[in-house]
Amino acid sequence: MSDKIKVGIIGTGNIGTDILIKLRRSNILECGIFTGRNPSSAGIAIADKLGVPTSIKSIKAIQDNPGCCDIVFDATSASVHMENIPILKDMGKFVIDMTPSRTGKMCVPVLNLEECLGEPDVNLVTCGGQATVPVAYAISRVHPETKYMEIVATIASKSAGAGTRDNIDEFTQTTRDALTEFTGIKNTKAIIVLNPAEPPITMHNTIYSLIDCPDMDGIRKSVHEMEQNIKRYVPGFKIVMEPVYENGRVTTILEVTGLGDYLPKYSGNLDIITCAAIEIAENYAKKKMAGGNFGKSHVI
Amino acid sequence: MLFDSTLRDGNHAVRHQISKSSIEDYCQAMDGCGVHTIIVGHGNGLGASSLQVGLALLDERTMLQTAKKNLDYTKLGVYMIPGFGTIKDNLEPAVNDGVEIFEIGCHCTEADTTKQHIGYLRNLGKDVYGVLMMSHMASPERLLEECSKMQSYGAMGVILMDSAGAYTPEMVQKVISTLYDGLNIHVGFHPHNNMGIAVANAYMAVKEGATIIDGTLRGFGAGAGNCQLEDLVALLEKSGIKTGIDFYRMLDASDNVMPGIMEKEMGQDSVSIVSGQAGVFSAFKIHVLKAAEEFHVDPRDILVELGRRKAVGGQEDLVVEIAEKLGGDNGKSSTVNINYHLESLL
Repeated sequence: MSDKIKVGIIGTGNIGTDILIKLRRSNILECGIFTGRNPSSAGIAIADKLGVPTSIKSIKAIQDNPGCCDIVFDATSASVHMENIPILKDMGKFVIDMTPSRTGKMCVPVLNLEECLGEPDVNLVTCGGQATVPVAYAISRVHPETKYMEIVATIASKSAGAGTRDNIDEFTQTTRDALTEFTGIKNTKAIIVLNPAEPPITMHNTIYSLIDCPDMDGIRKSVHEMEQNIKRYVPGFKIVMEPVYENGRVTTILEVTGLGDYLPKYSGNLDIITCAAIEIAENYAKKKMAGGNFGKSHVI
Repeated sequence: MLFDSTLRDGNHAVRHQISKSSIEDYCQAMDGCGVHTIIVGHGNGLGASSLQVGLALLDERTMLQTAKKNLDYTKLGVYMIPGFGTIKDNLEPAVNDGVEIFEIGCHCTEADTTKQHIGYLRNLGKDVYGVLMMSHMASPERLLEECSKMQSYGAMGVILMDSAGAYTPEMVQKVISTLYDGLNIHVGFHPHNNMGIAVANAYMAVKEGATIIDGTLRGFGAGAGNCQLEDLVALLEKSGIKTGIDFYRMLDASDNVMPGIMEKEMGQDSVSIVSGQAGVFSAFKIHVLKAAEEFHVDPRDILVELGRRKAVGGQEDLVVEIAEKLGGDNGKSSTVNINYHLESLL
């Protein structure tokens, strides 16, 4: 019997499979069940090869065998997550929601990991949010009086799956809401652009801020520190243009290159969200192993 | 049907600074003259006022309410690109402000990002047209595929934008005839004038079956400007194609109102020509000129690099990044290396 903490993955598509492969690197997590609905998915074949238990009964596999995992990654869709969440909550599972459902607390690990570990259901916001909100926060902590903050996330068309496309409206709105929630700046905007160029472009993000008399040295230092902190769990995160003051605005540009685990390297947008999910799960597991107190939401 | 985008695309040419009185004057002068709709708003449409593409002088609700108040006969229209605007923040308020015609746009290969928005508006019984931007970047077959998706979402027509002014007449012929043969809904075209053939391309599109031309008075618009509607009406009428336009009223608006809105005449300066050759979104022009000045680089080098990177509409942030890189290399004599890219694009 291994002494690792067991996790379950619901959804055997791109995101679920990328998480599955990333788990192999973890010293404290192991996959107890990889479950979906599509028997012919490429992910199931990979899991079989890795010797991970699989199922095509989706959440039912976890209901039938509650001991198979403590942590659940829900990589289905917003609507399926809505059905899954009451069941998983009843079972006392810690749920990491990869869908845009927003049923749980929004989590950007570098900013609010600790307070999320006591929640039953944490939400990964959006890829654009994971990439840009920390930098927006790094700027706003130097200038809390920032008048306006705007982000532009450009991703390769190939890396935007049906989920992103069908829900582009929620994607845009949720990213903006996260900007405001984490920075405290009311006036924010998020823009999402898909680019179909071949070879596919790497995820590209720009953060604009309107600040009277910006302290550029302070901003650069703060952004640089944030970059180092995010790199701990997203190695491909890179500031490609340091904050500069041009045309009356402070502009910062960053790119995210993926690890290339299951998803191609250009899809840093998918990688940043699976890396963040692993970071949350590992910290939850560490706390659990240490006998940590998770607060009232985890009574079984 | 003529779609009049003067108060939308024209906004690009004046950095989105069209004033309330300009909207009033224009709508009064053009109301009932026979264009199917007058489209109003930020150059990139609803929700686009931003640091990325430019802040508008007026908030969009003021623009729409002002136009609505001054239009008794002609329908008020808007343009929106999902990813810039959302249903909650932009479409709902526009519906409440009395907008009747909606153009929902996206880059030419990404039609499925318009599904939610077209569906939402059709459910409300609104007139919706799908728009594919930068359509020179995709093959006729791919464009048909994308337009078919929009048709299946409920769009009443599709409009192809030649956002970069990069279409030759032969390309217009091929693309429009492919769409006309393959679709059951209206086909439209929105030319730009980088090569001085916007009106000719619009005419070519009509000959191939297009029933919508989206243009502007005086060609007022992004980059080198748009298809000039006054010219197009004259050409169509002379060719025996009825437009239903009150021509003198249109010309009066052109003479009396447009000089007060425009800062200068439209035309093909060398930057616009290079922009068209490089296949760059026309609305990048002002951003490129600004960045070129700021970082002391040749605007043409920025445009060529944008074309090489296949930038799409909405990627204005690349302008600064490229200018900064080119500027940094200045003096290391590496900027000349960029010039060869132009030849490979020709």
